[in-house]
Amino acid sequence: MIRLEKRPSPSRFWAGITPILAVIATMIVGGVMFWFLGKDPLEAIRTIFWDPLFHETFGPYSRPQLLVKAAPLILIAIGLSLGFRAGIWNIGAEGQYIVGAICGAGMGLAFYPTESVLIFPAMVLAGAFGGWAWAMIPGILKTKFGTNEILVSLMLVYVAESWLASVSQGLLRNPDGMGFPGSRNFKDFPAAHNAEIFANSGMHWGVVTAFIAVIFAYVLLSRHMLGFQVRLTGEAPRAARFAGVNPTRLVLFCLGISGALAGMAGMFEATGPASQISIDFNSGYGFTAIIVAFLGRLNPIGILLAGLLMALTYIGGELAQLMLGLPAAAIQMFQGMLLFFLLAMDVLSNYRIRLTRKEATT
Amino acid sequence: MTETATVDALLTLDGLRKAYPGVVANDNVSFEIKPGEVHALLGENGAGKSTLVKMIYGLVKPDQGSMVLNGEPFAPANPAAARASGVAMVFQHFSLFDALNVAENISLGMDNPPHPRELAARIREVSQAYGLPLDPDRVVGDLSAGERQRVEIIRCLLQDPKLLIMDEPTSVLTPQEVEILFHTLRKLTAEGTAILYISHKLEEIRALCEHATILRHGQVVDTCDPREESARDLAEMMVGSTLHVPSRETVEPGEVVLVVDKLDLKSATEFGTDLKQVHLEVRAGEVLGIGGVAGNGQDELLGALSGEALAPGAITLKGEDVGHLGPNARRERGLLTAPEERLGHSAAPDMSLTENALLTGAVRENLTQRGFLKWHATEDFARKIIKDFDVRTPGPDNAARSLSGGNLQKFVIGREVLQRPDVLVVNQPTWGVDASAAADIRQALLDLAHHGAALIVISQDLDELMEVADRFTALNEGHLAAPVPTRGLTVEDIGLMMGGMAEDAV
Amino acid sequence: MNLDQINPILLIASLMVAATPILLAAIGEAVVEKAGVLNLGVEGMMITGAVVGFAIGVNSGSPVLGFVAAAIAGAALSMLFGFLVLYLLSNQVATGLGLTLFGLGLSSLIGKPYEGMKVPTLAKWDIPLLSDIPVLGPILFNHDPMVYVSLGLVAVVWYVQKSTRAGLILRAVGENHDAAHALGYKVIRVRLMAIAFGGACAGLGGAYVSLVRVPQWVEGMTAGAGWIALAIVVFASWRPWRVLLGAYLFGGITVLQLNLQAAGVAIPVEYLSMSPYIITILVLVVISTRGKHGAPGSLGRIFHASH
Repeated sequence: MIRLEKRPSPSRFWAGITPILAVIATMIVGGVMFWFLGKDPLEAIRTIFWDPLFHETFGPYSRPQLLVKAAPLILIAIGLSLGFRAGIWNIGAEGQYIVGAICGAGMGLAFYPTESVLIFPAMVLAGAFGGWAWAMIPGILKTKFGTNEILVSLMLVYVAESWLASVSQGLLRNPDGMGFPGSRNFKDFPAAHNAEIFANSGMHWGVVTAFIAVIFAYVLLSRHMLGFQVRLTGEAPRAARFAGVNPTRLVLFCLGISGALAGMAGMFEATGPASQISIDFNSGYGFTAIIVAFLGRLNPIGILLAGLLMALTYIGGELAQLMLGLPAAAIQMFQGMLLFFLLAMDVLSNYRIRLTRKEATT
Repeated sequence: MTETATVDALLTLDGLRKAYPGVVANDNVSFEIKPGEVHALLGENGAGKSTLVKMIYGLVKPDQGSMVLNGEPFAPANPAAARASGVAMVFQHFSLFDALNVAENISLGMDNPPHPRELAARIREVSQAYGLPLDPDRVVGDLSAGERQRVEIIRCLLQDPKLLIMDEPTSVLTPQEVEILFHTLRKLTAEGTAILYISHKLEEIRALCEHATILRHGQVVDTCDPREESARDLAEMMVGSTLHVPSRETVEPGEVVLVVDKLDLKSATEFGTDLKQVHLEVRAGEVLGIGGVAGNGQDELLGALSGEALAPGAITLKGEDVGHLGPNARRERGLLTAPEERLGHSAAPDMSLTENALLTGAVRENLTQRGFLKWHATEDFARKIIKDFDVRTPGPDNAARSLSGGNLQKFVIGREVLQRPDVLVVNQPTWGVDASAAADIRQALLDLAHHGAALIVISQDLDELMEVADRFTALNEGHLAAPVPTRGLTVEDIGLMMGGMAEDAV
Repeated sequence: MNLDQINPILLIASLMVAATPILLAAIGEAVVEKAGVLNLGVEGMMITGAVVGFAIGVNSGSPVLGFVAAAIAGAALSMLFGFLVLYLLSNQVATGLGLTLFGLGLSSLIGKPYEGMKVPTLAKWDIPLLSDIPVLGPILFNHDPMVYVSLGLVAVVWYVQKSTRAGLILRAVGENHDAAHALGYKVIRVRLMAIAFGGACAGLGGAYVSLVRVPQWVEGMTAGAGWIALAIVVFASWRPWRVLLGAYLFGGITVLQLNLQAAGVAIPVEYLSMSPYIITILVLVVISTRGKHGAPGSLGRIFHASH
């Protein structure tokens, strides 16, 4: 019989090693899945995890892509992790991402074709504001009325998607686009374009912001009272109140910051890599970021690594689709599986596994 | 100790042993219980009483040893099997369902419950017969602690048990309710039911029990007839060494430092108790003891004083209105508190002791600078608490939950005491703490008062209150009785105050 | 705009059809939550049920087999969740979310070959005599069997919870798992069964979307119905008949906005299609102002029997 026995203190060793074990387990089970799909498992794994970085032909193209894909994931996941740590479940980052993109891009398009260095910073602020405001809806409803933030933030994703469909065919539609849905292309609007800072590096302002967010979150959580309050609220909500944490302010802070970061991520994406607002410019980063946050153990450095890894599976997945005809959905499932394995292995850091004689168990 | 089972024994335990990783809960425990007797199981917290009764009730299986019930080998695989053999148990905690009604609660504890209508009738009948009136349709969450206990007792009685196990049954009762309970128990024993009575309250055991088995560190260390021993002798058998009674020097109380006036507070929890027009004053150097049965507004009062619940205009500290201020603003002004629940309220279980020192110490100990944390200073503070209060732990990096109850409580009390409060409010300072740690904690509180702090000690342990408090009052259904000097108080007076009839008593 | 096109009788009848998937998922989730477990993976189980039901329906030619397979698939997926939260003590919120993400991926993987295919759907039961009653006949007695199955499930859940021992034990486990354990009830076993039931119901709900309501397979076709089911459980304060009320209210809004779209009302389509979600939020707000009455005491808490 296997029995779980709670550790007196959570094990740092296991907390650190479980994400790696989860990745390995996912590779094994994923390999089996690819095999069932009629692909060579080793080749599929190599195509996903190795080729994007080191393949002679694809490497130079996909290495910069790694940053492009990782930046929004990291940016959103950093924000989410603060809330998750405090037990505040913002599941609607996808919605905040969309609204941030609409607001940020809208701000820029409003000034078309003015060329001013102030436009881009104003767009960043507008994007952050849009995401923040969208996240404030569940925040205010939770603090005023006690409404469940999980459900509200999630419902707002569907609302945001409808709104996106509306603006890309209406308000923000390219007047010169001959009636096709979608906004102007930001490549044609240099002052508002989130271009690469160095050519072919993948490095755009979103990547820079993501790195800043990682450092900011790291300092906040390990060195600042507010970060301590965030952690305390998640570990023991009653103790947090006793320690003087104002729960209302904390909820608004956590939701606000995750909304603002998601909004910025959306804005950087729409005006950079996607280069226009269109019905389907969003690609589910807001949901994948949840996996990234957990895979990174809600730790800023962990999230940085997890974001890069997840970006790798995206790029590798596309490559595998191209080279091996692996369905795109297989990668999505692969990512879901990763989260499962991680959650399943979490048990090791809080509990010891004991083998006992059957009759001695209760 | 290895007496062979006599024919008239109802239950015989022989050499029971149960070990958990790192601790032997019971070792070679043998004794017997006769029909119709009240048998006390006496011991400190952690002496192994709970594990032992869990083995008898089928919740835990012994590693070694055997039991004989009514001449038959007895090894219940689960509580249902124990119940089927005639063993019933009244738990101290955890066994009622707040959102369900009395009849549903009782039905859940029975193996073959009758039809709901018939069950309701039987509940009324049995509860009347034993002097414990109970309405089967009431929701349990709305009942008082005493009534809740009745639910459990009736649940057991409906099964016609041969052996009734009672785990600390009086900790939730007023002295008057204790009398009623004892009456019921005597009636039961007269009908031939045996009772295994677990307690550490010595006077009760002397009043009720014919036999006592004393456990220490999981082993039987003595047996006696408690009616023939003094409470002091029983205590020494239990603790194994001479008791240290806290010493106190009386000081003239100083100025009034804290005034609570007309405090009305709605409980934040669904089944909590609202505070109604609470009034109290404490002077510097004085200890005010607040007794009362659990669930009569203790948590709410502590919350109102700590600042977790705001009470604008109702709380005055050193002449300043602090009712609208949050916990840290009150700490800054010298009002410190320590709630009852250690794990999750006064301390965060999974956080280190250093982080737990920061939890309340940030303001008064200057542990932050413009919002940034001074980890070195915080760790030094944690070390100081550990050293000054003799907290047994490998170091400040350990998680709070790795400490034993007594050590964590010493840490929590030490954390507040070392911040030199002007007013300290503690709720159940020695609940679930072993006797020596409890004595240390009481001593620390008395020393603090001696140095001029005003103290409010909320406790359900009347002996503790009699020991430390200068004045005594009690909470009943959210009302606070007018405080009276502790000296010269009789159990009768206390009981009336706890029962809400203080006006007649004073 | 032509509001005359909207036939109130057909509107109410189609309301029942629109509400059925959510009703099925919500009644299952209500049972799961009554047992003290919060499974946020309803959407994932629904979409998996939708695709499995559709695939089996296409391959076997029998929609009934499709429903059976969908229920099994939903239950199987829920067991993954159950294993993680009950045995490996993982966080219920995170695991439920994981289940949804996993289910979405799994479904689009399975569903790829079935896009654009047709499936035999459930025939309507024309209940003799009753369906000929004017007004009430077409509203109540002219539906496919799953509509009646969903109504029957609500009645069964209500009866079991209120009047049977099994229901009492279920409520006890959800209210206070430590107390239930102390009395000797098998907390984990009860919860596992509840989770499986919830998964099967979600699977049926998903299959109803792909086999009856649409009937086609489109990626992500449940479009948040699982989340709305979760909201309805809160709305209903965990009471079966109120779950029915909530689901039908929601179904009504959905059908109404679709009718308004079709009638060409001067409100942009996007705003009409976001309306069900906005109304769900508003309802949640109204419910939450009343406080947390009726929430099972142990909901979402991890159960670990220490000694």
